[in-house]
Amino acid sequence: MHIAAVKKIIDECENTKTILFDWNIEAKPGQFVMVWLPDVDEVPMSLSHLSGTKGITVEKVGEATAAIHKLKPGDKIGIRGPFGNGFSKAGSSGDSRSSNKILAIGGGTGIAPLAPTVEKWAAEGCEITCAIGGNTKSKLLFSERLKNTGSSVHVATDDGSDGHNGFVTEVAEKLLSEQKFDRIITCGPEPMTVIMVQLASRFEVPIQCSLERYMKCGFGICGSCSIGGFRVCKDGPVFDGRLLSSLAEF
Amino acid sequence: MPSSRTEIAGIEMQNPTILASGILGQTGESILRVFKEGGAGCAVTKSIGIEPRDGHGNPCALELDNSLINAMGLPNPGIDAFGDEIKIALKSGKPVIGSIFASTPEDFATLAGKMEDFGAHAVELNLSCPHAEKYGLEVGTDPGRVGDILAAVKSKVKIPVFSKISAMVPDIRGLAKTIEASGGDGIVAINTLKAMKIEPEIGKPVLRNVYGGLSGPAIKPVGVMCVFEISREVKIPVIGVGGITTGADAIEYFMAGASAIQIGSGVHYRGIDVFKKVNAEIIKFMEAHGYDDLSQLIGMARGV
Ligand SMILES: Cc1cc2nc3c(=O)[nH]c(=O)nc-3n(C[C@H](O)[C@H](O)[C@H](O)COP(=O)(O)OP(=O)(O)OC[C@H]3O[C@@H](n4cnc5c(N)ncnc54)[C@H](O)[C@@H]3O)c2cc1C
Ligand SMILES: Cc1cc2nc3c(=O)[nH]c(=O)nc-3n(C[C@H](O)[C@H](O)[C@H](O)COP(=O)(O)O)c2cc1C
Ligand code: FES
Repeated sequence: MHIAAVKKIIDECENTKTILFDWNIEAKPGQFVMVWLPDVDEVPMSLSHLSGTKGITVEKVGEATAAIHKLKPGDKIGIRGPFGNGFSKAGSSGDSRSSNKILAIGGGTGIAPLAPTVEKWAAEGCEITCAIGGNTKSKLLFSERLKNTGSSVHVATDDGSDGHNGFVTEVAEKLLSEQKFDRIITCGPEPMTVIMVQLASRFEVPIQCSLERYMKCGFGICGSCSIGGFRVCKDGPVFDGRLLSSLAEF
Repeated sequence: MPSSRTEIAGIEMQNPTILASGILGQTGESILRVFKEGGAGCAVTKSIGIEPRDGHGNPCALELDNSLINAMGLPNPGIDAFGDEIKIALKSGKPVIGSIFASTPEDFATLAGKMEDFGAHAVELNLSCPHAEKYGLEVGTDPGRVGDILAAVKSKVKIPVFSKISAMVPDIRGLAKTIEASGGDGIVAINTLKAMKIEPEIGKPVLRNVYGGLSGPAIKPVGVMCVFEISREVKIPVIGVGGITTGADAIEYFMAGASAIQIGSGVHYRGIDVFKKVNAEIIKFMEAHGYDDLSQLIGMARGV
């Protein structure tokens, strides 16, 4: 376990903060860590910042995330990881085409692991289109950060306060019918992911989906996070859409 | 090619590697995967109790140097929800052992009866988990109590009954003799060793439950010693577990007297196919040393 001192805290959007800390370790976009708050809990969080300074971006939803929101610079937290496979440009088994034109779909804090992925792949020359969704304008995460990568960014809000009035999946459907993409990557609420897998299959585009499950060990031995025999912490959290469609539990 | 087939209490196994209880054994699908992709010869389920249980809070598992420490706290869906999982696991056509935990002989017997009804090939009594209050090691230290549990379970079921014991008992030989005398069909040794981790930078224990169980390579010498002592004392088969990640580790256990071995933490160290790898290494060792049959190795080091 790495013990890190909180370096900086950023208010990102309503109810969501980024915690930055120094941790000199190689991590891939889409990987996650287990964050230990002594005396409170230990919870899984995607890495939203991947350089020498690492970061997590956290929405306050309960006890542990409230404790994360109370952290001050200098406070110590325990970090285990990085865990999981992360997103892959080369694609997963049976799908060898490397992709240049990518559609990234994110909802809520699901945008946290997408942002560093888009940054890295854009810097490597991919042409990326992002569509992100949230309840309302003040809850949209990382829209500026995504625009700064040079990607085109589409927005959807449930209340119409910004961009498309409705679900981000509706924006995705429109983009898929207008343009040809090599790959889709997605992270967000599971109902959103389910629709994205259906769209990807209809438009015949490979899709990688990052999932969330309740986690305990984080490194693949306890089985708490399994879905159809696959461990979200170790075999995932990023899964190929075709694998997910074959699982009864998805 | 030499054969690594083995048999314990009438249960035939194509190879002597068994998935240890509590590693990926919470769902039928993950057990199927351990058979298909992993190559295990047999699998033990997660320990199942009468009622559903969440287990201890996080943090509940850590990687240390050469070992893992966990305080899962026996999370499980309860026996009535587990029949479907066993059914899925049995689709493999391989033997499945149902692990159970309780604090009274009556509850152990009830659980064993249900496992038998579900189609399990044997039951394994968890008498040894070191971090769950009122269960495991707390019921598995006193030979009198273990004898009562075995008597109750043996009168309830026809399938073989294995007792999984801890290294942390005052008299392991005495306990082994009691198990044999009470009709036990085999002994599984060892469970994790009670342990804890303090984080110096924080000044506190890391596990939410404070105490956990140590597993992985660091505990292998303790496991080998226990199997050696037990198998010198009793005639019923012994299943060795603790720190096995390679064929050479398994060979040590066979030579100490184990008829089969279980692998838990090895799934972390070498992947789900650790069973395939270990079995291939066992066969390679046998080939290199001129053994044709696993039985030639079992108990070899005991003649001292
Ligand atoms: C791989 C992975 C990556 C994640 N990345 C992020 C991230 O980047 N940013 C972020 O804000 N959140 C992320 N989460 C979700 C985050 O772990 C939960 O919001 C957090 O554990 C809630 O803890 P709590 O004590 O504050 O809330 P609780 O009081 O425990 O629960 C509040 C709500 O959160 C849900 N929840 C609780 N625990 C989990 C869990 N382990 N996984 C999913 N949902 C849970 C509960 O069902 C409930 O609806 C991620 C989860 C996983 C599995
Ligand atoms: C995460 C984890 C969960 C475990 N759960 C159980 C359990 O439910 N019942 C049990 O009898 N043993 C349990 N064990 C103990 C193992 O079955 C095994 O006895 C021990 O880990 C030593 O073997 P190993 O070094 O190969 O892991 C668990 C071990 C681990 C690491
Ligand atoms: S959380 Fe333990 S296997 Fe995934």
